Amino acid sequence: MDMKVAKKLGLKERYTLMTRDLAWDTTYQPMDKVFPQTAYEGIKIHDWDKWEDPFRLTMDAYWKYQAEKERKLYAILDGFNQNNGHLSVTDARYMNVLKLFLGSTPPLELMAARGFSMMGRHMQGAGPRVACQMQAVDEYRHFQTQIHSISNYNKYYNGMDEFAHQQSRMWYLSDGKSFFDDAITAGPFEFMVAIGFAFEYVLTNILFVPFISGAAYNGDMAAMTVGFSAQSDEARHMTLGLECIKFMLEQDPDNLPIVQRWIDKWTWRGTRKLASVGMMMDYMLPKRIMSFKEAWEMYVEENGGALFKDLARYGITIPKCFGQTIEEKEHVTHQSWIGFYMKPQATPFHTWIPTPDEMDWLSEKYPNTFDKYYRPVLEYLDAQEKAGNRFDNKTAPMNCQVCVSTIKFNEPGDPMEMCFRESTYQGEKFHFCSDHCQEIFDNEPEKYIQTFISSHQVLQGNCEPDGTDVNAADFKPGQNMLDYWKLDKRALGDFNGSEDQKNFAAWREQATKN
Amino acid sequence: MSHLKTLAPYEVKSRDAVENYKGKQLLYINWERHRMFSRPFVLALPPETPFSVIVDQYMTDCFSYHPDWKQIDWNTVVWQNGNTPFTPDRNKSLKENGIGHKDLIRFRTPGLDGIAGTGY
Ligand SMILES: [Fe+2]
Ligand SMILES: [Fe+2]
Ligand SMILES: [Zn+2]
Repeated sequence: MDMKVAKKLGLKERYTLMTRDLAWDTTYQPMDKVFPQTAYEGIKIHDWDKWEDPFRLTMDAYWKYQAEKERKLYAILDGFNQNNGHLSVTDARYMNVLKLFLGSTPPLELMAARGFSMMGRHMQGAGPRVACQMQAVDEYRHFQTQIHSISNYNKYYNGMDEFAHQQSRMWYLSDGKSFFDDAITAGPFEFMVAIGFAFEYVLTNILFVPFISGAAYNGDMAAMTVGFSAQSDEARHMTLGLECIKFMLEQDPDNLPIVQRWIDKWTWRGTRKLASVGMMMDYMLPKRIMSFKEAWEMYVEENGGALFKDLARYGITIPKCFGQTIEEKEHVTHQSWIGFYMKPQATPFHTWIPTPDEMDWLSEKYPNTFDKYYRPVLEYLDAQEKAGNRFDNKTAPMNCQVCVSTIKFNEPGDPMEMCFRESTYQGEKFHFCSDHCQEIFDNEPEKYIQTFISSHQVLQGNCEPDGTDVNAADFKPGQNMLDYWKLDKRALGDFNGSEDQKNFAAWREQATKN
Repeated sequence: MSHLKTLAPYEVKSRDAVENYKGKQLLYINWERHRMFSRPFVLALPPETPFSVIVDQYMTDCFSYHPDWKQIDWNTVVWQNGNTPFTPDRNKSLKENGIGHKDLIRFRTPGLDGIAGTGY
């Protein structure tokens, strides 16, 4: 008897059968009711089948690859942890990079997971739906593995344990939170431009450089491996973001102005979000990889510039903010570090003044700005600290209504002056850090009048530890911020004299001496 | 014109409307060319607060860490409310000085440009 052996399917056929073939048009309910979000943003799609699947990956293959990555990753993490890997990092200041990263990044990976899960539901075409579902799982994986790699450090160093509580409460985490809240409350196409394109494509390398290369340079095998493991997913994410842009632009000429406005908006929002990442590169990594300025030139000006040249054939122009980001690349990291340095009682990580060697490195990397605008201030603050008068600014900052950065950036063209912008909406004033944030507000004021600005919320009495009687006669808002934030007192203050510094020195001595 | 697109009617209130401050209003203060501080800082105060309290208490508390603070010649200080020049009367209240909710008071101290002239 002849056996009928089914022919092994080719990759393309397999992909079709396992994705698009599994989708159907609904008949009990009209498609526009099943997919209520695809039309309201004004993006016109005529034929979902024209979507090119940039990555022909089926779910079963996906699980197989990812499981393999996880096995390798956790083997390395285990080895690192068992061998007291934390003592092999360059110096204990490095732990503060991890603390800042832990508060700011894994929670946003989780938001990305949520966002892409929503895209996996609301994108009408089967191709993008499958790709978004996979990305949702990737982002969830990034969230978990980042926390796992840092959890080992949490056994030894202060200030890491309450990052989840702090995410929606701490003043300096509001910018990232607002970034994702803005994206996820937009429609599916704007979300794809915001996260899939502007963040994943244009700006993602700036985030990975300090994290992966910074970890590698500073002896943190655990974080480095997590970074590489995540980065291997990024190629897929970038392609998805870019494909989505091209798809929208090819489907209807009316989509162009909408897409352009989103690109302008999200490139700027992403740029603002990355100021603190740049600060890690220039000030926090004990062993530097490259300056933020150099990274910006390589990844954003060159690579991003080439990308926008490529998109010019669709009518897309370079984001409006590009010129300003180029001017600011010589300033923002210094402005941000001074901003954190002045608040030793309000972050779960330590700050410090760079050593003389490190200042020389900054002078060399920032020949136009460091010596002129920033070195004298840092040297002054250093002298004050040594005289027992360390800077501790107690006032609550003013923030931009859109990006929620503290107002600290200079007026374009004049590094001596603070940049202020304001709009009035329904009789109320709103303040911004820049022209670009003001324009974002003016385009959708209804959205940004709801911004959560930590200093304002404190003054309204909304930031109190559980059990506070806000109606008591002697109630004064904001008296118990450390408890509200759950800030570990050992994690506060200057790095010099911190428990982390002492413990690291003592443990390393034990590990390396008889 | 707003570009906001929604699936349903969308009515929201400002999170920082003056009613949320129980009789107080927000005030931002910035010392121009002295960016070392929590930059402009924000206060919530009753509109009856005398302007002198702003200078003698809040500004002094914050800015006296800066070596320029003692050097200020108050007769030469140039004041702005937002972008509009104005001359505050120390003995009058915020309200009488025309200072409303979320106004930004900027003051410039000619000749004082921060640590080593850096604007910080
Ligand atoms: Fe991710
Ligand atoms: Fe990603
Ligand atoms: Zn802004």
